[in-house]
Order: sequence, then structure tokens, then C-alpha cells
Amino acid sequence: MDKMPKWADVVLVPVVSLLLAAIISVIVFLTIGQNPWEALKLMAFGAVGTSDFLGYTLFYATNFIFTGLAVAVAFHASLFNIGGEGQVLLGGLGAAVVVLLVPWPHWTLALIAGGTAAAVFGALWVVIPAYLQARRGSHIVITTIMFNFMASGLLIYALSGPLKPEGQMQVASALFPEAAHLPSLNDIAQIFGSDMFGRSPVNISILIALLACVAVWALIWHTRLGYQIRALGRSESAARYAGISAVNITMITLLISGGLAGMMAINNTMGINSPQLVDNAAGGAGFIGIAVALMGRNHPIGIVIAALLFGALYQGGAELSAATSIPVQIVVVIQALVIMFTGALDEMVRAPIEKLFIRFGRSRTVEE
Amino acid sequence: MDDIAPAIELVGISKAFGPVQANKDISIRVMPGTIHGIIGENGAGKSTLMSILYGFYKADAGEVFINGQKTEIPDSQAAIAAGIGMVFQHFKLVQNFSVLENVVLGAEDGALLRPSLAKARKQLKSLAAEYELNVDPDAIIEDIGVGMQQRVEILKALYRQADILILDEPTGVLTPAEADQLFRILGRLKEEGKTIILITHKLREIMDITDTVSVMRRGEMDSTVKTSETNPADLAERMVGRKVLLRVDKVPAQPKDVVLEVKDLNITDEKGVHRLKSVSFNVRAGEILGIAGVSGNGQSELLEVLGGYEKATGHVLMNGVPLDLTGAHSDGQSRRARGIAHVPEDRQHEGLIMDFSAWENTAFGYHHDAKYQRNGLLMDNAAIMQDAQEKMDRFDVRPPNPMLAAKNFSGGNQQKIVVAREIERDPDLLLVGQPTRGVDIGAIEFIHQQIVALRDAGKAILLVSVELDEIMGLSDRIAVMFDGQIMGERLPQDTNEKELGLLMAGVTDGEAA
Repeated sequence: MDKMPKWADVVLVPVVSLLLAAIISVIVFLTIGQNPWEALKLMAFGAVGTSDFLGYTLFYATNFIFTGLAVAVAFHASLFNIGGEGQVLLGGLGAAVVVLLVPWPHWTLALIAGGTAAAVFGALWVVIPAYLQARRGSHIVITTIMFNFMASGLLIYALSGPLKPEGQMQVASALFPEAAHLPSLNDIAQIFGSDMFGRSPVNISILIALLACVAVWALIWHTRLGYQIRALGRSESAARYAGISAVNITMITLLISGGLAGMMAINNTMGINSPQLVDNAAGGAGFIGIAVALMGRNHPIGIVIAALLFGALYQGGAELSAATSIPVQIVVVIQALVIMFTGALDEMVRAPIEKLFIRFGRSRTVEE
Repeated sequence: MDDIAPAIELVGISKAFGPVQANKDISIRVMPGTIHGIIGENGAGKSTLMSILYGFYKADAGEVFINGQKTEIPDSQAAIAAGIGMVFQHFKLVQNFSVLENVVLGAEDGALLRPSLAKARKQLKSLAAEYELNVDPDAIIEDIGVGMQQRVEILKALYRQADILILDEPTGVLTPAEADQLFRILGRLKEEGKTIILITHKLREIMDITDTVSVMRRGEMDSTVKTSETNPADLAERMVGRKVLLRVDKVPAQPKDVVLEVKDLNITDEKGVHRLKSVSFNVRAGEILGIAGVSGNGQSELLEVLGGYEKATGHVLMNGVPLDLTGAHSDGQSRRARGIAHVPEDRQHEGLIMDFSAWENTAFGYHHDAKYQRNGLLMDNAAIMQDAQEKMDRFDVRPPNPMLAAKNFSGGNQQKIVVAREIERDPDLLLVGQPTRGVDIGAIEFIHQQIVALRDAGKAILLVSVELDEIMGLSDRIAVMFDGQIMGERLPQDTNEKELGLLMAGVTDGEAA
């Protein structure tokens, strides 16, 4: 029997998780002698208070939508791809190589070429872990996290060697050519005479992210491949009976997952105000994607909402530490609390709520 | 008699899970030194009642008396302290521990193991002598057979000084001979004054071994009678609430051409064990070939090879054309394309995806069918949904709601979903494994009728079942498997359970005849 109605699973559990994270955050603020209410107001203002700030929130949310989708697609096959971080870096590398090597005449072409390269590089970075999982049973969690370190090393090598412009001190690639710059939402707003989103980097990639959400939704619930992915994820033995190849589906799913993570590069590498590839291009988005997918229940709509929340937290937190004496580490603690409660401690919140529903008998049950 | 307190007395036990009333005002008395059977269909509330007695659930209302004393049983520790031992249907043994370690587990005397193990070794010896419960204390669980493992479970309970033993469907995994042995042991335990509660759905076991029997139906206690004063037909009627046909109603078969021909099929697993040894047989259109045997003697592998998800060497011809047993076409998809449908033995792990809704399960295995595709890219979910609704109506699946997840249906209705999906393909050959395992009597009748109807429509059917009654009732020919081989073939009208039982135990054809 279903233990509780769907709305409780989708809405109540995350809300209670957030409340718990908020309560602990309040205690943290009180401990360091700060007024939690003031801090919250500052954070909220920092996240959505001005159209600049809102733009930054949307920019971060775009990153998290890509990595959240990447984790979610793999989750549907019961695969835990925690290598988003590395796949994002490789995606950045792919985009940078393609955009720097070829003089694209227009940003649309650069976007298509760069996006494709980012997806392909992200997917390629997961080929070896996927093969080892599908054929040899090496656990994907171990291999993908190891590949994160390798990706980081590879990127630093590329940025301090082959991709480093001569005479530059910074560990970064050259700036991408002007023609390849993606229009920011501000650029678009200006066409209509508005200065919405100001200097924030939110750009056309957010539309690509939303398109990716629709594509993932259609893939998972409306295609045969998605059907097979979900079947394999729910029951490997049943998939075997049905003639669904675990090896093929595992490989394909992980390639799609890696590709989605890689595509984040169009936002954080090609889409920023001075587009170039830097060494910390992923900025933890690969890991936040796990929390986003968990909180969003692996559904694109949930992922968009969760990504917006984490985007706001990220941006609001940055403003909070900039505007007050609250150390940036405390902001990281708050973010970690939210990730912990909505992600890792999900079961801790869910179990008592399920019990309540069973006790009060409101759940829809069917005689067994 | 009346002045002896009952070993167990339950008074007015009620338990609800949400709106479902699993137990309704149940009262029962079990006298000491007797074997008391509890029967009922799936979902009748037997397991819930025993779980309350063993402290897994807390009853909403009612009282428990052990040997006349009112007893609270908040958890299984309290149940053990009250002298109750339980042998579960699925054994709770640590596979890579020895028998001795399993017996001691959870009942150690102190931080050091050695004294406990030494004490247990002595105890096991005396228990073995007393009850004919011989088990090698140093054997590793995964190396011994299921019959032996069950003895270890019984020993565990006795080591904890159980006077009352509850056994939940204990013969499900045993050969007839092993079941007889178990019943002898239970008889010994009864002679020594132990009280035994036997939960089962097999009427024959109730008739053979119990002193009294309680029938449960839809959460209520229907009746408790002396076993000597009832008969199987009467019990079945009490269980279901209406008259039940215990025999399958069918006309003689009209076998035609050979549809499936299996020649010299062999499987050797990675450990070098021969799972199938030169298995050969054929099935004709319009007949049911039943494969009898205790589970684990190669029947599952045989079904898996024919179903396309196990590799083997040898030859299998389907309508005269060879099947690929090892290569790229040895998968479920290719088999379905050749007109082979398969109701697998384990519907929960193979036949259905329990988390999928009923409509999604309707397309399972057939998700490549053109009629389920909208175009090259998307699946036609509406078509699958409509198909599911029609199948559920035709096969009387209850509740007829295709949106409900498979896990929310009863065992019988889950099986109807699988049978509907496979039979409605109009296959040339239907593979059926354990079609009525964990299925209630009403649904068994229905599923058997569907299988016979498919046979009468001129299709070939290969039936694998560990239930001899089912094999005898449905098959037109019977082959018996033991240790990966076919021990012999019989016609149901020319054989009997004793002869088949001998073949199932590995007695060769000549000796058994």
C-alpha cells in the first residue's frame, strides 16, 4: 500500500526538511551572536531583492538544473552518478576547445557547437565508469568520484599548458571571441528598453535548461528508452525477464547523465560576462545537483523548483557574507544544512511523517 | 479437559492498518500439547494474527493469555521470554555462519563467544537426540539444504526454550519426503508436550497432522473445528465462503503437431555445477506438459533458457526452427517474437515491476510492439492504458484500476495481470512457472481455467509447478525433474502421487515403476 498521499511525499516532506534546516540555522546564528531574522532578511534580499540579485539566483539555478537533471536521469536507472563535478569540468573543456579553435560567425552556431561539445565531453568522461559498472560491476559511486579528481587535474593541466594564452598569469583559458558570446537576459531585456537583470550573468542558457527539463520528462515517461531505464532501475531481475539489456541501458543512461552535466558548461563557461574556462568552473554544482535531484524527487518540475531554491541560497548567502561580518563559512554551513536535510536525511524526515499518515489512516489503501 | 489452561488464548484481538481491518475481534484457544492449524486465503489475516502474538505488531484491542496468564507482548523478546518460538516462511539465517553460530546469535551469554558456543553445542546434541533433529553443528548454512535450514530455525526456537512453536507455511520449499520428515519432528515435539501452531494454505497438511483447525476469512475467525470432524471440501468452502471446485474441469487433450522440441539441453554454471543434464522432451499443440519436481532441481533454469535469459548448450526447436541459445538472439525480446509467452515463476521479481502501475506492467516485455508506439520517438501511453483496462476487465482483476501500482494488488490479482498479459498475446507456446504460488483459491480456479482454455484453443503449454496437486490436475503428460535431469514421463491417469514423489526424490524410473 502507498504509505502516504502523493502531495505529502512531494510537498510536505521537503517543506518539513527545510524547516528543520532553518531551525538549526537559527541556532547557528544565535550561537555566533547574530540576529537570525536580520540574517534571513538579508539573505532573502540578496537572493531576489533586486533584479541584479534575481539574475544571479537564476544563473546559479541554471547550473543546478543541468546537474540535477543529470543525477535524476541516472537515479531512474538506480545509478548514483556523483561524478557531475568532473563531467561539468570536461564539458567546459569541450566547449572551450570548440569555441577557441573555430571562429564561429554567430553566437547561435557557437551555442550549438559548444553545447554539443560540452555534452559529448561530459558523456565521454563517464564512459569508463559506465563500462566498468555495466560490464564489471565496479561501483559507479567509487569510480565517478575518482574521476572527479582526475577531471580536476586534467583541467588544471590544460589551463596551465595547452589552453593557457602566452603571457597570462591566471590559470584560465583565453577569453572567448566576441562573436561567440551568448546573449545575457539583460541583452534581451535591453531590446525592449528595460535594464532587467542588470550586470548579472543569467543568459540564454536558462532556456536551454528548461528545454532540457522537457526533454528529460519526455524521455523518462514517454519513450521506450525511458520505460526501459525505469524498469531496469526498479527491478533488474524483471528487466532480465523482459529482455531489457542491463549493459546497454546502463551505458546509455550514464552517457545521457554525463552529457547533461557537461551541458552546464554553456551556462558557466560560455554564458558568463567574460566567457572563459577557469579551473573551478564547476563550483560544487555537481554535488548540489544530487540534493536538487533528491529534493525534486527526480522529476523535472521538482528539479526546477529545487534548483531555484538552491540558486537563491547560493546567491543570498554570498550577499549575506558580503554585506555583514558573518563569515562566509557560516553561509556554507547553512547551505550544507539544507543539502543535508533535504538530501541525506530525507528518510529521517519521511519515516515519521509516513507513520503519522498510517496512524491517522488518511492514506489511500487497498486490501492486500 | 476444562481445568487445563490453554497454552495460548487470544481474546477479541483486533488490528487495523489504516482503513483495512486485518484482524476483527478474533478469539482462539490452543490447548497445550496439540497441533493447531490455521488456514485462510492470502490476506485473511493469519500472518497479522501471528505477528501480534510474536510481538511484531501491537493489537488495537484484545488480550493474550499464555498458559492462563495474561501476557503483554510488546516485542519479540517478550514473546521469546513467554516461550513462543517462530519459524518464518523465509528463514532468518546468516548464510555464511555455521549452524552453531546461527543458533547462538542473539542469545549469547556474554561478551565472549566461546562459552556460549560450547554450551550450545551440548544443548544441540541433547535436542538432536530428543527430537530426531540431527544437524551438523559446524556446517555452514549456505552449504546445507532448505530442509536442514528449517531444522536450524526450529533448533533456534528450542534453544531459546520455546514451548509454543509457530510455523508459517513450513512446507513451501520442501519435497514431499522432507515434509514428511518435518511432520515426524512436529509429532515428536507434540509428544514431548510442545504446542504447535501451523499456518498453511495446504488442506492436505491440515488433514494429515493437525488436531484442531481454525479457518480465517477476511480478517475474521470463521470457525474452529476438530480436524477429525471435517474434510478438505468443507474447509475450502469455509475459507472462500462459497463452494469451490478443487479439481480442474477439463476435457481430454487433442494433441497435434510438435511445437516445442528440446534436445539434449545442458547448463553448467560458473562453479562447474551441472544445472541441466541432457534434458530432452517435446510439447505438442493442444496439450499441457507438466514438469513436476522440488524447487531447485533445474526447472527454473529450464524456463529461463526457453524464456531467453539463461544460456545453454543443446538444441531447441520452435515450430521446427532452432532457437538461439547463446548468441545475440537469446533474449526475451527474440523469444516473444517467436511466439513464446512466459508467465515467470516469480511474479514479484520477474513478471512485474512492483512499483510500476498496472497499465505500465501491461506492456512489460512487449514494450517494443508497434501498437504501443505513437511514432518513432514516443510511446503511446493512451493505447497501453486502454489495453490494460480491457485486459483487467476480461481477467476480472480487482480493483480494476490501471493506475494502481502492482504492489497494491493482492497476489492473486497480480498474477492475473501477468497471465492476462501473456495469454492475450495468443502465443504458440506458453511457459508457465508456479502459476498459483501465493494465489488465493478463487483466483487459482480462474487461472487454471484460462490455461486450459488456451490449450483447448490449440496452443502448447509447458507448466512447471512444485504443487503436485496442480501438476496432476492440469497436465496431459507429466515429466519429473530431479537434479537437472528428467527422471521419467507419466500420464496423469496412470500414476499417483507416491510414484511421482519417488521420482522427485531421485529414485530412477525403473525402481519407481
